[in-house]
Amino acid sequence: MSAIQPIVMPKWGLAMQEGMVAVWHVEPGATVTAGQELCDIETSKIANVFESPVDGLLRRVVAAPGETLPVGALLAVVADQATEDAAIDGFIDEFQAAFAVEATAEAQPEPVSIATAAGRIRYLPIGDAAGPPVIFVHGFGGDLYNWQFNQAEVAAHATTYALDLPGHGGSTKDVGDGSLGVLVDAVLAFMDALQIERAHLVGHSMGGRTAIGVAAAAPDRVASLVLLAPGGVGPTVNHDFIDGFIGQSRPKKLRAVLEMLVANPDLVTNEMVDDVIKFKRLDGAVAALEALRDGCLYAPVDDATAVRDRLAKSPCPVHVVWGNEDRVLPANDAEGLPANVHVTRLDGAGHMPHMERAADVNALIERVVRG
Amino acid sequence: MPMKSYRQAINEALRQEMERDQRVILMGEDVAGGMGAPGEDDAWGGPLGVTKGLMPTFGRDRVLDTPISESAFIGAAAGAAATGLRPVAELMFVDFMGVCFDQIFNQAAKFRYMFGGKAVTPLVIRTMYGAGFRAASQHSQCLYPLFTHVPGLKVALPSNAYEAKGLLIQAIRDDDPVVFFEHKAMYDDEAEVPDEPYTIPFGEANVTREGDDVTIVAFGRMVNVANDAADSLARSGISCTVVDPRTTSPLDRDTILETVEETGRLVVVDEAHPRCNLATDVTAMVTENLFSVLKAAPKQVTAPHSPVPFAAELEDLYIPSAAKIEAAVHEVMSGSGARAA
Repeated sequence: MSAIQPIVMPKWGLAMQEGMVAVWHVEPGATVTAGQELCDIETSKIANVFESPVDGLLRRVVAAPGETLPVGALLAVVADQATEDAAIDGFIDEFQAAFAVEATAEAQPEPVSIATAAGRIRYLPIGDAAGPPVIFVHGFGGDLYNWQFNQAEVAAHATTYALDLPGHGGSTKDVGDGSLGVLVDAVLAFMDALQIERAHLVGHSMGGRTAIGVAAAAPDRVASLVLLAPGGVGPTVNHDFIDGFIGQSRPKKLRAVLEMLVANPDLVTNEMVDDVIKFKRLDGAVAALEALRDGCLYAPVDDATAVRDRLAKSPCPVHVVWGNEDRVLPANDAEGLPANVHVTRLDGAGHMPHMERAADVNALIERVVRG
Repeated sequence: MPMKSYRQAINEALRQEMERDQRVILMGEDVAGGMGAPGEDDAWGGPLGVTKGLMPTFGRDRVLDTPISESAFIGAAAGAAATGLRPVAELMFVDFMGVCFDQIFNQAAKFRYMFGGKAVTPLVIRTMYGAGFRAASQHSQCLYPLFTHVPGLKVALPSNAYEAKGLLIQAIRDDDPVVFFEHKAMYDDEAEVPDEPYTIPFGEANVTREGDDVTIVAFGRMVNVANDAADSLARSGISCTVVDPRTTSPLDRDTILETVEETGRLVVVDEAHPRCNLATDVTAMVTENLFSVLKAAPKQVTAPHSPVPFAAELEDLYIPSAAKIEAAVHEVMSGSGARAA
């Protein structure tokens, strides 16, 4: 193993191509340990703390605060005390020269659309591993990019698809009567269209409730359920969030609503607010959200007891993940679930554990996929 | 999201609205091209190719090449709008609008009012404006202040491709006459534009940068120049809010006033001539409403009161630049022009 280790710009999510080093928390000469906070990095999608991937002596900080660099660019160098400065200089020169050559952008996976029995469904396919694929189903008001911190990682072990539910993203805005059945049928129609016999379903919130519905309607087609703060297992949903999400079109007010999604409000970037506003401007989007609110969220087909019963009888493994600071669906909905349900509760996460605790959620999904 | 040019975004908006609503028609000089000249159908698509491809899809009945008579076809479009169609008329350069002022100012703008609210005039006039194209003084003016002045007209100034598509679809669905200003130097500028139809409401400003020190209000293409200036200023520690009002009529007064209340300083950037333009309008509104919170006299960055020069060097000098905006921001930051406390 080389005595000199590069620390490079991380890739947080599919869309990230570059990041800006906002501020360093350590100075050259400091001893760093893996997991220690090195610097704050801002991208167009997210601002977050970058934790050291390695242990060692921080010999050189290459990226200046305020500098915007592509993913993979050199940020700093770790090496032991014995390594001479000249060797580090040489390493940096070599790295930069090689990186400049590499910098030919690799193609980003792009979403595609397919006509299904439930209308046009847009989805993002990543990976081509054998075994049942993983289908990611987002929640109310979300889209396939909600899985930007998960899908590519899980795709190392499985073929993955993230889809846009009807009424969302680039899928049809026709949600019929807005009932749960429309969403369940859409997921099954998507599986039919892609000739997917059986899949692991990862569902968030309303998408979690949808996944439970798919497993109930077609148990032989679901290999496992990973449910992130799923709807339906508790009696309440935060109406301030749902109504605010639909009703607010001004960035400041909508931002306050979106902050309910996360434990750390700094995660809500201008771009995230802007993306939601842009989605809601699409023809039919707000009408679809209203129909789903009235037909699905506020008028559940089954009460929480019936949904829990359904999970108890599930023939496939069921995992539930909940952020302890969830302000949309209360975290204590995770209590008292049937004994066959594996429950993971995470600190430092609100309603989006797959964003705020992505590494933990990804590890769980990988375990489930590997059986 | 796919990247599309300003030109493609406008073309897509027209195409999607024509597909959605049979009443939407296009008319203008060479919007298809080749009328009466066999073998040259769709050769033009307007002088800069914006409407190219629409005539082959929708036919000559809905994509009409008109004679070179603005007074005739703008009048015809206003009449068609009043009688049930939703015409989108292209009047190449706003500089030529003078010959059809009566049709716009006295007819289209007044129908709703004069007929006691019983008439609607869903007319869109698309037109090119702005300098930087080496097209000299008769093809380079801004002139949107003239239309902003007239009650009964709505005026949209999209600052990029995303804005262009959403504002144009909104304009076509609007029941009042809208003058839609396309900056001719922006047709190749790309932005992320959804494939699906969408609308951006009129009278709702877009805050493109958020800062604490100075509010910069800019219009049309100048929004991008103001963003560049704000980004450059941010590196030297001055943080600016940039407001793109999107439409000058209706004008989102609330957002402008709210942001100036936060910063206490105003710079307005307007590519139009300095007298009676949007810069004077916004400056007056802010001064009248927020005199006591202003920390410095507002600054206006505009073109000079002269025709757009033909000489390239002079034309470049004529257009408000990021450097001029930065200088204005530094001035309001130093407080020059403000009365001593």
